[in-house]
Amino acid sequence: MNKISGYACLYALLIFYILFTFRASADESLPILRWGADIESGAPYSFKDPGDPDKVIGFESEIIEAIAAKIGMQARFTQNNWEGLIEGLKRHDYDIVINGLEITSDRQTVVTFSKPYYLTYQRLTVRAGNTTITKLEHTQGKRVGTLAGTLAQRILNEQSFPLETVTYNEEVHLFNDLMLGRIDAVLMDEPVTLYYAKPNPELKMVGAPIGRMEYGIALRPEDRELAGKVNRALDALIADGTLRAILERWNLWNPMIAQAWGQEARVDIEPSSYNRYLKFAYAKPGFKERLVRYISFLPLLARGALMTLQISIVAMIVAMIVGLLAALARLYGPWPLSFLALAFVEILRGTPLLIQLFLIFYGLPHIGIRLDPFMAAVIGLGLNYGACEAENYRAGILSIPKSQTDASLALGLSWGQSLRHIVLPQAVRVVIPPVTNDFIALLKDSSLVSIITMVELTSTYGQLASTYFDYLGIGLLTAAVYFLIGLPFVRLSRYFEKQLNTHLKTRVPGRVVSPVPARIFNSLGKR
Amino acid sequence: MRSVELVVSVENVKKRFHAGAVVNDISLNVEKGDLIALIGPSGCGKSTLLRCINGLESVDEGRVQVLDNVLESPKKIGERGFNRRAQAVRQQVGMVFQSFNLFPHLTVLGNLMKAPMVVRKMNRDEAEWRARELLAKVGLDDRADHYPHELSGGQQQRAAIARALAMSPQLMLYDEPTSALDPTLVNEVLRVMKQLDHEGMTQIVVTHEMRFARDVADRIVFLEAGKIVEMGPPEQIFSAPQNERTRAFLGNFL
Repeated sequence: MNKISGYACLYALLIFYILFTFRASADESLPILRWGADIESGAPYSFKDPGDPDKVIGFESEIIEAIAAKIGMQARFTQNNWEGLIEGLKRHDYDIVINGLEITSDRQTVVTFSKPYYLTYQRLTVRAGNTTITKLEHTQGKRVGTLAGTLAQRILNEQSFPLETVTYNEEVHLFNDLMLGRIDAVLMDEPVTLYYAKPNPELKMVGAPIGRMEYGIALRPEDRELAGKVNRALDALIADGTLRAILERWNLWNPMIAQAWGQEARVDIEPSSYNRYLKFAYAKPGFKERLVRYISFLPLLARGALMTLQISIVAMIVAMIVGLLAALARLYGPWPLSFLALAFVEILRGTPLLIQLFLIFYGLPHIGIRLDPFMAAVIGLGLNYGACEAENYRAGILSIPKSQTDASLALGLSWGQSLRHIVLPQAVRVVIPPVTNDFIALLKDSSLVSIITMVELTSTYGQLASTYFDYLGIGLLTAAVYFLIGLPFVRLSRYFEKQLNTHLKTRVPGRVVSPVPARIFNSLGKR
Repeated sequence: MRSVELVVSVENVKKRFHAGAVVNDISLNVEKGDLIALIGPSGCGKSTLLRCINGLESVDEGRVQVLDNVLESPKKIGERGFNRRAQAVRQQVGMVFQSFNLFPHLTVLGNLMKAPMVVRKMNRDEAEWRARELLAKVGLDDRADHYPHELSGGQQQRAAIARALAMSPQLMLYDEPTSALDPTLVNEVLRVMKQLDHEGMTQIVVTHEMRFARDVADRIVFLEAGKIVEMGPPEQIFSAPQNERTRAFLGNFL
């Protein structure tokens, strides 16, 4: 046991170290303007600063800072995945969304948009060696990629000639697959193309700008006052040239927007932010630079790992309590209770965890139950694993021979006392190894909660990887962190199994569990 | 006149399982201090009769009285009433099983202390003191802190007897206590039972140890097919059995 407590001490020390290293800095007294965006979708909108991954930068984050300053508020960023941005707004996770949201009539039925803060168009990109595609019409019969839910997707769907539209969730993968030949062309917003395709010698932009789109800041329809303030701030920032300066620094100033705002199309300011981005994103760092960069990620990854651990541990406690109650109800409850327990177990085991998380996080608010992301994650994982634990406990309790109950009843114990003092303590010993294994599985499944806005290890990985285009290196690093935090529990599981085998003379079938989530593992194949 | 104190009174007890009657109209009285040996071929209902006496099985018909508590069919006194009375009976009756049934997650000492602490609310020190005293009595004082699997079969069975004694029972039931033991270990267990007999404990033993039954039992009860075929003092049963089937059964042993 000494070896185990040694591990435990080291572990606790590590956690304390991380906790104390990351105390949030004190805030000023200004009211807070919470803005939502997906920084995994990357440059130039809002993304982690490659020079300082603790900071969020981008032309939109600069615009929101400028607006906040104008209306006397303090901007605070909230991460959410792009598809869930509007749901998160309705859930009051934040008050405004700025993340390349095109103003469309569909979206206007659910949110209010500010006036446009940017205008742009679509661009077609192909591989540098391609000479057959020079405009959209040439993509007949080809595979054309774009992001889901964008203007580009609608344009592709509206073409009269047949082509195959392939939709992606992240820009990086889009252009990656174009280079790899998995698709023949990409139709994307100009800003994205400027940042992901133009600097890449293997790709080229072809044809004239296509279409016209306006980016707006989304607000809840009832927040009329805030919408008015944001619009007045935008007016002022356009008039005094602040917005133009931001856009020029990010190399995003274009004739369309110049015309709309009645300003000159000429570019006066050096695109310093764009150049700085290119320097980081397209640099081929040497081994030493790379190492230094990875070391600089460690605090961020450690913070993600800590969140992953917190979610997993609390969820496991919930799962163990839920599981025990469900197992007891099923084994010993009167029939309606035992039927309910059975239904609970079967339904939760028979539906995907992802759907359960979506239901809890985005579905429940529609009937008035609004859980914060942490609670939703813990309840989602806890109930799902509770169903597994219920089956573990049930098997454990059933594995204790009836002769043990006979012996304790014969000693004068009541039925409940015999369950509590004799059967359960033995059942717990039998189920500890599978429960420890389940915890390791839960640790990995917790990577799913990145989709309900929790910034844990997987979500940190996504942000870093999309910032540095380094899916292999950062993927391996993240996998290593998962492996390391799972390792003590793997050892613990082995230890318990050994104890049990020598102690109760019972063989428990061992399961080999790898502590790296499949999502991280699979993504290692990218770039 | 000798005053007779009945500890167990079984009256016309019947017990059926799906297969058929296992105990078929048995009546039996056990007096304080008696050692009764229940013998008979396998499946004759000995063990079931024993389990009916302490309420581990419920009777279908008839009644079992143990000291002041009466057990009848749950159909008659209700499931809850039966369970309550059975628990009251079991708090005064110790039982020893063929396969010992010690609690594997507790030390020998823990096995002895559990019931007094949980049922009698005895404090830890007193429970431990009594447990050690009983372990000394069965010759296991040096095994108190061992786990059951570290003990030999004979030691485990002696520990199981001590565990039952820790509840200060008025009656001890033994269900083939030496059948699972290596022949060389049988005597150490029988010796403990003999000693208890000398101290005046009332005991009912289901056994195949005919020599033990003959030497120690006050009465032998021979069962076959759920019925008592013959009952009497050992001299009579072993030397001059009245019934043909008793003779045939004992012929296998002697």
